[in-house]
Amino acid sequence: MNVEVAFRHDYAKFRLDIAFCAQGHGVTALFGPSGAGKTTILNAVAGLLRPDEGRISIDGRVVFDRAAGIWLPPGQRRIGYVFQDGRLFPHMSVVANLRFGWRRAPKRVPESEVARVIEMLRLTALLDRKPANLSGGEKGRVALGRALLANPDVLLLDEPLAALDAERRNEIIPYLERLRDERRVPMIYVSHSLDEISRLANDIVVLKDGKVAAAGSVFDVLTDLRLPDFAGGSPYGAVLETRIARHAEGLTVLAFPGGELIVPRLAQAVGTRLRTHVRAEDIMLAREAPRLISANNVLPVTISAIRMTSSSHVDVRLLCGPSAFVARITRSSCDRLSLTEGMDVFAIVKSVTVVPQIDPPAAEA
Amino acid sequence: MLHLPLVLPPVALGYLLLVIFGTRAPVGAWLLDHFGIRFVFSWTGAALASGLITFPFQVRAIRSAVESIDPGLRAAAETLGAGWMDRLVNLTLPLALPGIVAGAITAFAASLGEFGAIITFVSNIPGETRTLPLAIYAALQAPGGEIEAARLSALSIILALVGLTLAEFVGRRSRLIGGR
Repeated sequence: MNVEVAFRHDYAKFRLDIAFCAQGHGVTALFGPSGAGKTTILNAVAGLLRPDEGRISIDGRVVFDRAAGIWLPPGQRRIGYVFQDGRLFPHMSVVANLRFGWRRAPKRVPESEVARVIEMLRLTALLDRKPANLSGGEKGRVALGRALLANPDVLLLDEPLAALDAERRNEIIPYLERLRDERRVPMIYVSHSLDEISRLANDIVVLKDGKVAAAGSVFDVLTDLRLPDFAGGSPYGAVLETRIARHAEGLTVLAFPGGELIVPRLAQAVGTRLRTHVRAEDIMLAREAPRLISANNVLPVTISAIRMTSSSHVDVRLLCGPSAFVARITRSSCDRLSLTEGMDVFAIVKSVTVVPQIDPPAAEA
Repeated sequence: MLHLPLVLPPVALGYLLLVIFGTRAPVGAWLLDHFGIRFVFSWTGAALASGLITFPFQVRAIRSAVESIDPGLRAAAETLGAGWMDRLVNLTLPLALPGIVAGAITAFAASLGEFGAIITFVSNIPGETRTLPLAIYAALQAPGGEIEAARLSALSIILALVGLTLAEFVGRRSRLIGGR
């Protein structure tokens, strides 16, 4: 199930010229500053906006093709849209909201699935309430459930977490992760938070000034040294798909493609998969393997790219097998070590700086 | 055009109605011959005149009730497969209903005060077309009718206040449900 999007649309002072493909099942994140055109893209896929030119197909079905004169209205596109502001129908109860799209779907999901979604999103106790009596996180879950029960071919999520505080955000992220892992519905996820994207996305499309600035797997794009040009700030650092390989005294060993990372002891069982974030500021580089050092991780890596970001900083992209890391060091260190592209060096990572992304335990009820 | 009854002198409107619906006027004669409906000098004529005079209140109320609905809700319903008729019946009308009801109450309260159009079109017949203002006017014309006029005026003030309060209450509820 691919979603192919290619269109151009002109506003008075802004041109959107976009082409990307959201692959199969999994999360494709649209990332960019506000005003980059992220919501416009979702609206075009949903059929709420008719672009000037282009072609959009969902799972092989062409829903828009300007040249061929094809345009399907939103109701026939089989999309589930989770709006940023929820947009629950205020005069209907939670259950009526949930069933709104379900009732109108050309192919209804079976009752067992309805029950499963209600249970997964923990909405059972809320079914008779009106949206005005729900908290922000509860509204978000209802909006997600309503979109899911419409049995969509693609789920469009417009910053579903933006309006929520950190606690509510942590309440919803696990549901999105389960959706990603258990269902085969592709998701297009709009966000301006790299933290959310690094947890959820498989692929990322970076937008800037109405154009696709970078696109690819989340692991590649987040370690692209040009990312700060699009995202602002310092490099995000590496995100690794890790698995708990074993536990040792007070430590846990995480295996990633190309190596292992040692982190402080985690509570999860061996075999648990989790994404792990290694920040660019937390990596030291050494020309020789250091001895007698407190850091637990000394990874042999190859420098694949070096970028001067300012008069004082240098960003270095490192490859450890297929996995990429980013290190931010000072320019003087780079000069002193005479680092060049292609050089084999050692990346030193303190265990306590590594951030495995773990669900809060309350989420699994 | 919709607001014409607001600026048109009610007496002129009453005269127009007489020209159109009089028993010898084309529309009036046709209605009388075919359906036995007679507006002139009957309470139905008074209702017709009142309805026309207060029509702009209704239109305004409906329009503002519909416009106050978040258009995003309609877009959401559209993505969930609801066509325009479906959206009208299940979304727009239920959300606009309190506003429409509030408009109707205001219009009704205002119509109780209609004088010019009624007296011109259907005259002042006791028990048939004598509305409150007409009764007040008639009481003042008769000797010693001041007390009667005061009593009826008080009644009409009370009715107007009740109408406005009720409309305000219903309207506030509509903002609570349908508000952005």
